[in-house]
Amino acid sequence: MDRFKKIKSIVTPFDKVNVDTDQIVPKQFLKLIQKTGFGKFLFYNWRFNSDEKPNSGFILNDPKYKNSKILITQDNFGCGSSREHAVWALQDYGFSVIIAPSFADIFFSNCFKNGLLAIILNSKIVEKLLKIQTEIEVDLENQIIKTDTEIIPFQIDEYKKKNLLNGLDEIALTLKYQDKILEYEKKSTISSLL
Amino acid sequence: MNITEKILARASKNESVEPDEVVFVNVDKAMLHDVSGPGVIKVFEKLQKQGISVDKLWDPSKVWVAEDHFVPSAEKVSAENIVKLSNFTKNYGIEKHFKYGLGQYGICHTLSHEEALVLPGEVYVAGDSHTNTTGALGAFACGLGHTDMAYVLLNGKIWFKVPETLYFKLNGKLPEHVMAKDFILRIIGDIGTDGAAYKAMQFGGTGVYEMSVDERLTLTNMTTEAGAKNGIIEPDQKITDHLAERGATNYTALKGDSNAQFAKIFEYDGSEMEPTVAKPFSPQNVSVVRETSSIELDKAYIGSCTGAKFEDLKAVAKILKGRKVKIRTEILPAAISIYKKALENGFIKIFLDAGAMVGPPTCGACCGAHMGVLAKDEICISTTNRNFPGRMGHVESQTYLASPLVAAASAVTGKITDPRDLN
Repeated sequence: MDRFKKIKSIVTPFDKVNVDTDQIVPKQFLKLIQKTGFGKFLFYNWRFNSDEKPNSGFILNDPKYKNSKILITQDNFGCGSSREHAVWALQDYGFSVIIAPSFADIFFSNCFKNGLLAIILNSKIVEKLLKIQTEIEVDLENQIIKTDTEIIPFQIDEYKKKNLLNGLDEIALTLKYQDKILEYEKKSTISSLL
Repeated sequence: MNITEKILARASKNESVEPDEVVFVNVDKAMLHDVSGPGVIKVFEKLQKQGISVDKLWDPSKVWVAEDHFVPSAEKVSAENIVKLSNFTKNYGIEKHFKYGLGQYGICHTLSHEEALVLPGEVYVAGDSHTNTTGALGAFACGLGHTDMAYVLLNGKIWFKVPETLYFKLNGKLPEHVMAKDFILRIIGDIGTDGAAYKAMQFGGTGVYEMSVDERLTLTNMTTEAGAKNGIIEPDQKITDHLAERGATNYTALKGDSNAQFAKIFEYDGSEMEPTVAKPFSPQNVSVVRETSSIELDKAYIGSCTGAKFEDLKAVAKILKGRKVKIRTEILPAAISIYKKALENGFIKIFLDAGAMVGPPTCGACCGAHMGVLAKDEICISTTNRNFPGRMGHVESQTYLASPLVAAASAVTGKITDPRDLN
């Protein structure tokens, strides 16, 4: 994975609650397992009309947000099916940060496994960010979001933060230390690892 | 400790665990299907490129594979994924591969209890969000993404934050014509689709223990729709018997301590439960059936891990016996063993005599894959688990989630119908 750097971008305000992974990537694309290219299926049923032409009324099709790397949305984003394709699609489309008051559990975990930063902020701040028209900066290292007028701190698990900043893949990281882990486990019980 | 905590303590070799504590647990069983399998293969390929060995799995005898989402293959990409999956299980020595059209096959969450693949007290993870279903056997069962599944397959371990437990107690038996589906829809309506986010949902009380094993599986199955980490029911004699009939007797069932703690207890009175539906486009959008009975339907769909188990088909047969359906009705038993049992019990003839279609076991239209997807503006009553926009087909189709009894009664009248109101 690439190292996570500061992200400065306009935000795409996606004011919806309970956005499920069926909406993020509809079922017909799940059988495809190519490495890249899931971005074109992102929010497919909302982004495109039935004639497959872009739906001009959908926020992602607004030229203003074309290069946006930050998606702001509402509670329980990513609920429903466990499909990891949802994260692949958001990333491939160009998003690096998703901000919401809450995320569904499996989706949240899948984000960090792929280097997508999911930030939980309280509803009032999210409401404010949904209205912001100027660029904001997400500074993971210092755990702050800078707008033109204020600095908003956010919480993140230290381990997840370190992995993102160093571009470390959680699974690869653990597997690289497999020998040492096994050696350690032989000497001690698992519980003492924690 | 409650049952979820006890299982996680056992699997993490801790004497005790508490909610919010992070534990590294040994996984007992793991499963992949024709969507998550190819997804894991993709992760393996990525790891290999990073120079990480993916030559062998932690324990192929603890891994099983089902083909259920895009089978029987409707086009070549799905067909190729099945070939890919077969090569994977062959290369890694996974013997329990339930191949479509070969012996026993069906929906993964149905096979897990039909074949006693998961046992009480175990930690079971799989690449599908409805893995929670199997918690009805008294196991800790939850879904994971592809990357996490790849990790489990290579290491046999995964970390979990011990979830808080919400306890749903059903006092007294459900009335006739009210099923587990009505109860769980009512709960999701009460707590919302994120009401149990990262929490365990445990079910108990006399009403739950009166239920058949199949009915209990409906409760745990739909905990996913409330965002739950896992759904669980302490096992009783019915579970022991169910597993013994399938040759599984060697396990240590766990139960909560008498002083087990719960984050919250919700009590329901069985006699107050009513036939319930979830209206489009969310499982939390619930209403009692009698308040939606003017809705005209195009189709009834009886299928999926939620609503096509043996007891579900039995409920449908009870309604359809001697009656005719008024709208297209598709019935897809969840596994071939259930199909056979339905055949032996005369249900299949009842369905066909009523004018319904009986299809092969598959996730089919539940996930909008194939086998009866919905057209624009079509309205369907379905025994499945999700009614998000486009879930079962066209994004402007509508799905009402219901119990098998409500779906069958509605198939007979062509309108959403409370089974108590059927002539």
